[in-house]
Amino acid sequence: MTYGNAAFAALADPTRRRVLERLAAGPKAVGEIAEGLPVSRPAVSQHLKVLKEAGLVTDRAEGARRIYAIDPAGLGAMRAWLDQFWDAALNAFQAEVERLAMEEDAKA
Amino acid sequence: MTTATIRPAPVRKSITVPTSPERAFEVFTARFGVWWPRSHHIGASALASAVIEPRAGGRWYEVGEDGAECAWGDVLAWEPPSRLLLAWRIGADWKHHPDLLTEVEVTFTAAGAGATRVDLEHRLLERMGEDAQRVRESVDSDGGWSGILKSYADAI
Repeated sequence: MTYGNAAFAALADPTRRRVLERLAAGPKAVGEIAEGLPVSRPAVSQHLKVLKEAGLVTDRAEGARRIYAIDPAGLGAMRAWLDQFWDAALNAFQAEVERLAMEEDAKA
Repeated sequence: MTTATIRPAPVRKSITVPTSPERAFEVFTARFGVWWPRSHHIGASALASAVIEPRAGGRWYEVGEDGAECAWGDVLAWEPPSRLLLAWRIGADWKHHPDLLTEVEVTFTAAGAGATRVDLEHRLLERMGEDAQRVRESVDSDGGWSGILKSYADAI
């Protein structure tokens, strides 16, 4: 199965999942997010850009800094999960219709 | 501290199935418990079946292997063979909330000889976050953020 969805692809990376876990605790600037992660600050910025494009985090200016936040309800992740979830469900439905059609053909 | 809130776009899916809209609607609803993925349930016990009651106002629920019923929502519009509108009342914490309304609309459209296009839209997802306190509490539990992230990791 393939997931064409940007949010899903964004979360395929373990570092990005760690970035999101940190943001789940509250909004943070890039420096705070990068602290203790085994990647450089520019790399964290790059990950944040991907997460932002996938709709999983938002950012806003606070003075000279950018503060990144996840929506507090985790809706971006919820949506990404549902996107994958409905793919799987509809594929299962399609498989059932095809199975029944074959059964009916075999009887005919 | 204020944070910008993401308003999630509806989830939209389309597939085509090799049958008439009448038959597609029937399989989708009457055989829901047959085709629904077994991994997708909210009850404590493994999924035995799931049911969409065939009328407006009907219930939408799962039945666990222990026999317990677990509500998912209900049927808002029952318009065979072209349209089904379901209320999905499962929150971001994976629990049933009777007052939560998100909508799942499924339409069945003839697409040439013997084929039907099935379009599904799951919308009003932003309402899942309205009870922020509840969701915040779930963030640190296995049913919340960490659980969702584990699901991602498992699925990828």
